[in-house]
Amino acid sequence: MPIVHQGVVVDNKKIGSYYVITATAADMPKEFKPGNFVAVAIGDERSSLILRRAFSIYQVNDRGVYGGTVDIVVSPHGPGTDYLANLKRNDPINLVGPLGKPFSLPKNPVPCVLVGGGYGAAPLFTLAEALAKRNCRVDFILGASSSEKLFGMLEARRLSTTLTVTTDDGSSGQMGKVTDVLPEVINKSNAAVVYACGPMKMLEAVSKVATLHGIVSQTSVEESMACGIGVCMTCVLPVIGEDGVTRMLRSCVDGPNFRGDKVRWSEVGTVPVDTYGAPKIGDH
Amino acid sequence: MKRFPKRSSIDMSIDFMNQKLPSPIFTASGCAAAGKELDQFIDITSIGAVVTKSVMLQPRSGRATPRMAETPSGMLNGIGLQGPGIDDFIEKDLAWLNQKGAKTIVSIAGNSVEEYGKIAEKLRDISGVIGIEVNISCPNVENRGLVFACDPNSATEVIHSVKRNSSSSVPIFAKLSPDVTDIAHIAKAVVNAGADGLSVINTLLGMVIDTKTLRPKLSGKTGGLSGPAIRPVAVRCVYQIRQALPKVPIIGMGGIRTGNDALEFFAAGANAISVGTMVFNDPEACVRIHDEVCELLNEKSFRSINDVINAAHKEQI
Repeated sequence: MPIVHQGVVVDNKKIGSYYVITATAADMPKEFKPGNFVAVAIGDERSSLILRRAFSIYQVNDRGVYGGTVDIVVSPHGPGTDYLANLKRNDPINLVGPLGKPFSLPKNPVPCVLVGGGYGAAPLFTLAEALAKRNCRVDFILGASSSEKLFGMLEARRLSTTLTVTTDDGSSGQMGKVTDVLPEVINKSNAAVVYACGPMKMLEAVSKVATLHGIVSQTSVEESMACGIGVCMTCVLPVIGEDGVTRMLRSCVDGPNFRGDKVRWSEVGTVPVDTYGAPKIGDH
Repeated sequence: MKRFPKRSSIDMSIDFMNQKLPSPIFTASGCAAAGKELDQFIDITSIGAVVTKSVMLQPRSGRATPRMAETPSGMLNGIGLQGPGIDDFIEKDLAWLNQKGAKTIVSIAGNSVEEYGKIAEKLRDISGVIGIEVNISCPNVENRGLVFACDPNSATEVIHSVKRNSSSSVPIFAKLSPDVTDIAHIAKAVVNAGADGLSVINTLLGMVIDTKTLRPKLSGKTGGLSGPAIRPVAVRCVYQIRQALPKVPIIGMGGIRTGNDALEFFAAGANAISVGTMVFNDPEACVRIHDEVCELLNEKSFRSINDVINAAHKEQI
């Protein structure tokens, strides 16, 4: 069960372009599964920014000096994330979590490729550990626009058989996109599953490559949310259900981890005409 | 751990349309889905009532994203009434609420006068429903898309239709829009049409322009403004309606964040209040606000919530 926790910042470290915030989180780590996220309040109970921001859980520690803690990775790009980036040790921070459906893990010890775009890589490291426990081979691909936007290189190397890095400007690893190298990594590792977290365009491209190779992809989507707990209905996207019917599903409670081949990527931001309950002409 | 209200010597129970409710704090329609998600955080049977997201006759996908924009002390939303349709709602959501023992006020919305009546008919004789809140802030497809709540005649027709088709033992609340010149005038019209009570207020129509694209940020262009930013407007509306209609039950809402905010509404004339947008910020808000109201009443040496309702209308002693 998720909880509301009024915690404090234990640490805030700048890593490349990002800030890694460690916050006390009571019993959240005990409930945590890879792929879960937390919804973080911006400011105190008088703040004029009332909507929480959702962050993948990067690390958890269930018995540190401060009791349970969670780590999140913040990329400052607006008033809310700027506020979080400026938090200091011992500042109060309010978290709701763990939230969302976790990644599905394979039943058998099959090879898996983990693809992270920028700080989107955050939830993939606890996933890699969980996969290793199931004796799955793990190959990592990390990509970003440039080297300072890569995240988790050292851990990715430690947790994987191979690590491949791409940057748009060639400042680190191979110049290009993660999907330029993905087919080769899939072939060499004989992967059965691709996990991906990053920008929506990257997820769409990764999902296509996985489908072309006849393997399953799990994508962790990023849609803007107001609540994170399933009540506001703002974070929806068109997803095909097991019955073949497309519905506008909430990425906070029905996701954020969806099978890549079930998301109608090119129609995200629209309501496809065959969606369950879609407007008829003149309606809505 | 679910949050329950703290023990208090303050009597927070209210007599609400022949029902004794343990608290005057309700959820607000559209901010609590059908209670299930919030029940992870609070005991939903401990609050006064769960007001469910407006349900329509047919299943509805809602609008494309973006559906939301953050605004100073508030937000703009244009969800487009995504929902399962009344049949599925009764079968699943209402069944779950009943099994939990929650008190439910069902919010309904329609595209036409007839549709409102049909939904009301479906809710006849369904146990656990302690009220119907009629969301009349929808465009009337039969009247050039004019919002029902902004026109006394259309609002009247809808309330007539719901009243005619629903069970006489279930009170009908009309949810009013603040986007009118004289809200007390609309309030009188719907009460004359048979509304047993009023929900005050719905969101204010607003727009946010994305300055990157220089286009409206929401896919529906306009959206409903909610949150603490609208609270003074809401308090004013409750006050004006209470002055015009001294006896009619009012559920007050609009940006309630704290117990102190809630107290403003009770003093202005609300018999109960709904917590909406702030639930997104604090999933425990309904119970927290209940506790905060208790503390405030205690500090002011009141014994019961009923001691402060309408206080702003009494002559200063």
